[in-house]
Amino acid sequence: MNSLIALQTIAYKEIRRFVRIWPQTLLPPAITTALYFLIFGKLIGSRIGMIHGISYMNYIVPGIILMSIISHSYANVVSSFYSTKFQHNIEELLVSPVPNWVILLGYILGGIARGLLVGTVVTAISLLFTPIVIQHLTIALLTAFLTATLFSLAGFINAVFADSFDDISLIPNFVLAPLSYLGGVFYTVEMLPPVWQRISLANPILYMVNAFRYGLYGVSDIEISFALIMTTGVILFLTGLSLFLLHKGIGIKN
Amino acid sequence: MNALSLRQLKKTYSNGFSALKGIDLDVKQGDFFALLGANGAGKSTTIGIISSLVNSTSGTVSVFGHDLHTQTRQAKSCIGLVPQEVNFNQFETVKNIVLSQAGYYGMPSKAAKISTERCLKQMQLWDKRDTVSRRLSGGMKRRVMIARALVHSPKLLILDEPTAGVDIEIRRSMWSMMKEVNQQGTTIILTTHYLEEAENLCRNIAIIHQGLIVEHSDMATLLSRINVNHFLLDLAQPLETAPQLEGCFCELVESKVLSVSVPKNKSMNQLFALLSAQQIEVISLKNKSNRLEQLFMDIVQ
Repeated sequence: MNSLIALQTIAYKEIRRFVRIWPQTLLPPAITTALYFLIFGKLIGSRIGMIHGISYMNYIVPGIILMSIISHSYANVVSSFYSTKFQHNIEELLVSPVPNWVILLGYILGGIARGLLVGTVVTAISLLFTPIVIQHLTIALLTAFLTATLFSLAGFINAVFADSFDDISLIPNFVLAPLSYLGGVFYTVEMLPPVWQRISLANPILYMVNAFRYGLYGVSDIEISFALIMTTGVILFLTGLSLFLLHKGIGIKN
Repeated sequence: MNALSLRQLKKTYSNGFSALKGIDLDVKQGDFFALLGANGAGKSTTIGIISSLVNSTSGTVSVFGHDLHTQTRQAKSCIGLVPQEVNFNQFETVKNIVLSQAGYYGMPSKAAKISTERCLKQMQLWDKRDTVSRRLSGGMKRRVMIARALVHSPKLLILDEPTAGVDIEIRRSMWSMMKEVNQQGTTIILTTHYLEEAENLCRNIAIIHQGLIVEHSDMATLLSRINVNHFLLDLAQPLETAPQLEGCFCELVESKVLSVSVPKNKSMNQLFALLSAQQIEVISLKNKSNRLEQLFMDIVQ
């Protein structure tokens, strides 16, 4: 039994799935983010002025790229793994001698691939509106990768517990979207009253957005090393939880 | 060597329902084995545990000597499963469904392609290889699942009601495919509601009832225990009441249809002699029910 072949099979299947339906997966973020850049960046942003020494248009670019990575890496895994459960073709994997870590990694790689591909599309769109000179490429790429990994894992856990298609839209709509919009994408936390500044520090997306913004422009509201360590810690926790759920068969076995 | 050994296998679901109450079962290598039982008897739970789709509460499963819990990968590598319900991705092509399964079993790309072609040809699906699976007929979908289960050349093939809901022509062609697979050395475990299917295909049999194995023997021995044959006779002339035939039990189904239960020690010649003595002319006769069906009902009732 060659686990690498099984991993390759699952990851290839996952990537082929979202590429095959590109009008649903890759095109919408391009259009949505172009509208964000046009309305918030060009039309409204020109009246806001500079933040941390950079234009508002440039300031929102990292957050919008990261928001796209978050929502698409999550959506890819939650929809794909839940569909696999719903159609019962998860049984193909459970019957076969594929180790649980290979099943998890295969789906996570699919989520990361879609998250990063959408991130690249959004970055390309942003370049139509404003030039970007990247200050810390490694940190930018690492943050994008860790964010895609973390939300792919979160999507996987959501899919494991989901019993209906309603269950896979609850978290993106009622948790991810508010946290993303309140995660310092469109503003710096310094603009908030002190109480809300402290509350904002409990939002994990704030750390990722700021780490990514630091990667692009070298400016951040928070400590970068703490952001990266915290993200890695959450990834390790979610990986452990996902493997535990697979081992026990919770949500997927009778 | 046993292809499958179950020891004290138990399953109690979270709602308290005890589906298996301690099953012991051995299936020999190369066998064509029938696992029969009514709905809810525990067949699907047993198959689910063997194929890792259901967690057992206690007991052991051994596949070709590999314990399913401690030597999981070796045990699973021996098994191919054809489930009751269609469970492949209906948006995938036939070829990709089978190829992916080969990948899950770690088959290198070239070997996977060769094996996929072999299995699809064996199941007469090669010309449908690029068809999206949801466009296939019910019988073809069943055959896709058999091809998928065979792609890694399993030593043990489990067929969970593979012919349920397919017409008789397809069923018979699937029987010949299953026989061919068995003749090539693959051990087959079959669950079915069509007892004629089990009688025609299987050499050994177990009957499960209310979570327990209530019968476990070879088909010939089991069938030899039938001591009464039931026939339906079409009569030339209508009767008002059922005749009295010595040693037989008669019942009038319709005025020209007579049901007769004949002890195994009485020959057909004797039966016809008794009928002729009463001037009852018989146009044709048929078995009232399948032989195994009679036994099955006797055992589980």
